[in-house]
Formats: sequence, C-alpha cells, structure tokens
Amino acid sequence: MQEIERLVQLLARLPGLGPRSARRAVLMLIKRKESLMQPLAMALAEAADKIRTCTTCGNLDTSDTCAICRDPTRDQTAICVVEQVGDLWALERTGVFRGRYHVLGGVLSAIDGVGPEDLNIAALLARVGPDHPVQEVILATNLTVDGQTTAHYVTERLEPSGVKVSRLAHGVPVGGELDYLDDGTLATALKSRQLV
Amino acid sequence: MIEWRDDAILLSARRHGENAAVLSLLTRDRGRHAGLVRGGQSRKLKGVLQPGNRIAVTWKARLEEHLGTLTVEPVHGYAAHLMADPGRLLAMSSALSLIEKAFAEREPHPYAFDDLDALMVALDGPGWAETYIRWEVGLLAELGFGLDLSACAATGVTDDLCYVSPKTGRAVSREAGAIYKDKLLALPGFLVTRGASGDTAAIGDALRLTRYFLDRHVFSHLDAPLPDARLRLQDRFRNLETGS
Repeated sequence: MQEIERLVQLLARLPGLGPRSARRAVLMLIKRKESLMQPLAMALAEAADKIRTCTTCGNLDTSDTCAICRDPTRDQTAICVVEQVGDLWALERTGVFRGRYHVLGGVLSAIDGVGPEDLNIAALLARVGPDHPVQEVILATNLTVDGQTTAHYVTERLEPSGVKVSRLAHGVPVGGELDYLDDGTLATALKSRQLV
Repeated sequence: MIEWRDDAILLSARRHGENAAVLSLLTRDRGRHAGLVRGGQSRKLKGVLQPGNRIAVTWKARLEEHLGTLTVEPVHGYAAHLMADPGRLLAMSSALSLIEKAFAEREPHPYAFDDLDALMVALDGPGWAETYIRWEVGLLAELGFGLDLSACAATGVTDDLCYVSPKTGRAVSREAGAIYKDKLLALPGFLVTRGASGDTAAIGDALRLTRYFLDRHVFSHLDAPLPDARLRLQDRFRNLETGS
C-alpha cells in the first residue's frame, strides 16, 4: 500500500489533480496495468531520459539543438520571443510563423523576485549579433503588466544591435463582441487601430 | 462573519494553488490589505487582476485577523492604458511596489488611495514624469518624512531655491548653498513651481533627490533595497540623459 500512497502523492502534485482525482487515476492505472500503467511508466522514463532543453532557444526536444533550430527550411532572419515553451507550442499550432523561437523562461517580476539575470536574455542577445542573419525579433510576451515590462526591457537591450523589433498586435479577439469586452482590451484596440 | 466593501487599487496578485490568487490592495479606508480571490487565475478575472487596475472589493472573513476572501468588480483598467509606454509602465510599477513595500498592512492612509488614483490617471497624460515625482514627494510626506521646499532653510528666502539639504530635507537657496553645493542635493525647478515641467536632466535630478530620502528614511529602516521597478525607472532616465 505504501507504493500506492506514494503514487497518489506524486500524481496529486500535477496541475489539475488533487488527492482525490490522483487516487482515481491510480485506481484506473492499476486496473489497466498492462495496457496503460506499464506503457505510461515506460514513456515517462524515456521522456525523463531523452528530453533536453535546447541551448540555443530554450525549447524542449530530444536533442540539444531542437528540431525547430535545426530545420533549414525555417526563416533564419526572424526570431519570435515567448515567455514559456507552452507559448511556443501555441504559436506553432497556428502554423503561421515559419521563423525560429526564443523561450525566455518567465517574465520580470518584482513580486516573485525574478530579475533579468534569471531569464534567458543573454542567449537572445548572442543570437542577434553582427555575425547572425537575424533581421527581426518579434516579442510575443503576454499582455500583462509583467509581460509588457519584460518586452520593454528586452527591446531596450536589443536596441544596440540595430535589429528590427516588433510585437504582437493587441486588441479585439476573433469572435469578440465589443459589448462584452473589458475596457482595457477596448482601449488597447483603439490605440492600436489600423488604416483600412 | 465580518464583511466590508471598499474601493481599491491592485498592488500585486500572487498565484495561490491552481486557481486562486492572493491580492495585495491599497484600499480607500483600510490602507494596504490582502485577501484571497477564488478563481483569481481564471481567464475572466486575469484581465481585471492586473496591477494598477482600480477595482471594487468585498472582503469577508470569520475573524478580523484572517486573510479573508475577496470578490472583485472592475472599475477602471488603468494598466492597459499604460502598457504600451515603457516609461509610464515603469512609473506605475514603481509606485505600486513602493506602496507595497513601504506601507504596513491594515494601517489606514486616508489620502494615499486618492493620490494613487490621481497618479494612475495622470500617468496616461502629458507631464506624467513630473506628476510621478510629485507623487513620490507626497508619499514621503504620507510616511512622515515630508520635504520642506517652501523656503530656504538658511535665509528664509523663497526665490532661487535650487538645493535640498540631505540632513533636514529642507530647501536651500543658490546663494546660501553655494559653498556647500557638493554636499547638497539638486532641487529641480519644477518641484518648487506649481504646474512647471522639467527636462530629462531635471527629472533625473528629482529621482535622485527622492531616492535619497526614500532610501534613508524608509527602506534603510525596512532593511530592504528600493524596489527593482523604481531603480529601473531611474536607470531609464539616466540613459535618456546620457543618450546611451
């Protein structure tokens, strides 16, 4: 029973799972030992063994230089800067951006004590030096106070390199009805309006 | 059950567990106050719970000393208006973090809420940097360390005030301060002339002036450094001054 308790405790640490749901998951795994529990254990062990953080961009992959950084068909002149690997995946799902990425690993936050030295900024600066083909850096940090503070900081640091810096547009989401939008989103949308 | 309603400006929101957030607020009647918002990390509330936004809150707890739970309603989304401008955003973050660190929790500061609310409005307009500095001078006064910039500490004259004594926080005229000028702090003209504006160098001088007194009277007693946002704001003006 000690093994089961340990499994419950470990699963309960995962996002979306509490002790009760972890217990249910463990019971399900035990019930489907061959078809689910053993393949899952093997997949976890394999992932723990093989997954690396790309030293170039901060993405996760099975090799140190990730598939996106290795891909010669991707645009080498554009880098999209994101906060977390999850944001990179979200952008990849759209299939619109064909350049490369850079994962900062968080945002500047006075409350959480995260300073510039805690983020993957030095590696970004190294990627936009004079010997590199990068012409544009797209800042895709979240539209939060911390996200935008980080974006402004990165912009300042990139300034000496002379590279073009752009950011994602802010405004009305697809399917959004003006009547239901908060005034902050509406104000940003108005400020970022475009000629048609 | 204890319950109250108040207006508040959000100073910070910390994640708590998977869905909740612990807010630190500057309320109108109760000073800096904390509380838990269930669902504070939801998509619906994330936009509302950005630092700097004005919200209406209802706080409930069984005992006064409990953290309590909050329900929030948006009143004004100040933060969104300032996000596009690095200087204004830094000034907002600096003001919020100064209050967060300098105000004791649940200690009423009757004028602080209206002052901060007015600053949030002013940060979206012209002359925001001067307004920010005046707000810091007001903050020092609210904390009991007000500067006296009305007359020269040595001669009593009210004209040509261009220094501040680091010992007393009182203004000193150009003539009286001439021989001590290396030891005195520069007093930018816009701080003694109502409605006046200052150039980048004057803003830089003013930030050095208020920083000195914030450090000496407030943060040295708290045994803490000035907040990062305040330091970055000063760095920003220094870089603008030197053109780097």
